[in-house]
Amino acid sequence: MAIIEATSSQPSAAAARPQSAPRWRGVARPRLADPRIGQIIALSALASAGVFALGFDVHPAHALIAFGAALGVQAAASLALRLRFDPLSPAITALSLSILFRAEAVWLVALAAAIAIGSKFVLRWNGRHLFNPAALALVATPLLAAPLFDLGAWVSPGQWGALGLWAVIVAGIGATVAGRAARLDTTLTFLAVWAALIFGRAAWVGDPIAIPLWQLQSGAILVFAFHMISDPATTPLRRDMRLLHAALVAALGFALQRAWITDIGPILALVLLAPLVPALDWITRRRIGASDPQTGA
Amino acid sequence: MRRWIAQSLAAAALTTLSIAAAPAQAFCGFYVAKADGALFNEASKVVMMRDGRRTVITMANDYQGEAKDFAMVIPTPVSLSREQINVAESALIDHLDAYTAPRLVEYYDPDPCGLIAQQRRLSTMQNTLSAGAADAFREKARTLGVEIEAEYTVGEYDIFILSAKESGGLQTWLNANGYRTPDGAAPVLASYIAQGMKFFVAKVNLAEQAKRGGQFLRPLQIAFESDKFMLPIRLGTVNAKGKQDLLLFTLTRSGRVETANYPTRRIPSDLDIPLYVQERFGAFYKAMFDTAVTRAGGRAVFTEYAWDMAWCDPCAADPLSARQLRKLGVFWVKERATPRPPIGGTRRQSGAQDVFVTRLHVRYDAATFPEDLRLMETGDRRNFQGRYVTRHPFAGQSECPAREEYLKAKARAHERQAQTLATLTGWDITEIRETMRASGQATTGAGGLEGQPEWWREIWNDG
Repeated sequence: MAIIEATSSQPSAAAARPQSAPRWRGVARPRLADPRIGQIIALSALASAGVFALGFDVHPAHALIAFGAALGVQAAASLALRLRFDPLSPAITALSLSILFRAEAVWLVALAAAIAIGSKFVLRWNGRHLFNPAALALVATPLLAAPLFDLGAWVSPGQWGALGLWAVIVAGIGATVAGRAARLDTTLTFLAVWAALIFGRAAWVGDPIAIPLWQLQSGAILVFAFHMISDPATTPLRRDMRLLHAALVAALGFALQRAWITDIGPILALVLLAPLVPALDWITRRRIGASDPQTGA
Repeated sequence: MRRWIAQSLAAAALTTLSIAAAPAQAFCGFYVAKADGALFNEASKVVMMRDGRRTVITMANDYQGEAKDFAMVIPTPVSLSREQINVAESALIDHLDAYTAPRLVEYYDPDPCGLIAQQRRLSTMQNTLSAGAADAFREKARTLGVEIEAEYTVGEYDIFILSAKESGGLQTWLNANGYRTPDGAAPVLASYIAQGMKFFVAKVNLAEQAKRGGQFLRPLQIAFESDKFMLPIRLGTVNAKGKQDLLLFTLTRSGRVETANYPTRRIPSDLDIPLYVQERFGAFYKAMFDTAVTRAGGRAVFTEYAWDMAWCDPCAADPLSARQLRKLGVFWVKERATPRPPIGGTRRQSGAQDVFVTRLHVRYDAATFPEDLRLMETGDRRNFQGRYVTRHPFAGQSECPAREEYLKAKARAHERQAQTLATLTGWDITEIRETMRASGQATTGAGGLEGQPEWWREIWNDG
């Protein structure tokens, strides 16, 4: 309904630019086989567990606002760019934000969702969007909120604690999802490098095994590994480049966190290394010419 | 005589509980009691000012044994000069503890027949806490791989700043100098050494202490700059004393502090509980905290208080003065500044006077808290307090139809309070109801409202 109204409320824009007039092209119907459906279920379960079972300091309204804003911006952009409206991608972004993002004011959640979805349409390179939407919003919104609005926004990475059984469930569902999206390799590479660094450091300083095990169970890391870095849209197309990218994100994220620069190392690393993805894709194209970059064949 | 090493940040010791009456100040409901640090035996109290890289840590010393037996070892990120070490007054931490403690408030129901109940002010139950070596010495240390970087006498304390190459040497040095380190300390010391941490070692200078004429050990303060916003707790988990309580008070500029590597939960708050809890608020809070810790699998840090100190409403104790805050390390507060409520709903108008206090309560051991607390400052300036509400029924004798409704509603409310109390504390619901009835708070649960028919007698008899 809102979209139809939006169409009728912009006659002047339509008249001025008839060639690119906004036009509602309908909703991309989700197929049950779409791996993102599984991802949405997994993330919804996590978000619900956080709010209702684990006592997260977050109001259910935050999730609703995140959804509304993410879907709204996606719809508006689809309308303006005459694209079919795809509800799944913004839903995943909204869920990721609900799980990790916290703010003093509810409308900052909407801002975060708008930054996330807006970046997909604005910050583009070579036909692909540059930044993982949720990761960019998680990094950018806290930086903007304090100076611009004098309001606090932050990411709470420790709130999951050791998920235990939940970790297994997320990992399981996440693995299935990532596997079907053909990005399980990214997730596993990231986790392998991350684990190697964590265990390596523990061995170096002589910490008991309980410490790296505790660090590895972090819910925020699992959400990141299975639901953020696994996003096919913002990782290199070719497999070896993708694995390299995942390893670099893990290494940089670890370094940022150990240097006390941030408490959300991997998320910041994913944002900082985003320009690397088109570079790696460019190298791929140079090396294999016109052959299919997806498979390298 | 060997000294026992204090295993946590501050020396863990038994605390005595004494009850003293003091007048209460209250805004929303009358404040009757608080659950401060004295409730929890062996609770270490640490105040941490953090702004950017600047850090001031104040460690309460509730050690009550022989002064000559006191010693503590604290890993610090940097080496400290004499000027970076200070001895503070215990009253500072006690005041902050009292100001931020979970509190019980009471309300008086108005006359259901329209009279305005006269409110009385109760007194506060307040738990009060009694709150150079020669070159050869250095050489000996050096052979053990221990570098005595500095050595100071500050107030009643002798302080060494040590760096070490390996834990065995450090432990040998500590033992040789009268600090008895517990078994299992070596790997923890080794980890801190590998991380490049220094060691702040303090014991009591008996002559200085005698000069001060007291047994009383004052809190030690250290000020330094470091990227590491963390609190080392691992040495405290080495001993076999089981779980320990730590109260961490942070004073920051932009907002609430939480742990980045452990869940931070709010303590259940703003709940109506039975009146009789007034007599046993301490027991209630302890049981509730135990239950909350258990529900979180023992692995959560609890926020008991989070408040913008530029103003205060309601206050459990007088807010800390600018002078007190400065003494705790809040360097940006000006002495003349007086706490002032925000104007016109906009916050942060007080600018440089902004101080946000967070009170975190951790119950930890090596199994549940394997690594040190990694802290982060959030942008969250929403106020939160552990607050529990008791309501006195209207005590007058007025008669009117509304009174009957009032009594029925009261009984239902009492039943809800009984259930809340049982859920929060794990206490037996039947006992709660009985105690409530004995104290004049009849519930609708099992037994019915005293002098009133059970609820089922009425449901089919309305006609």
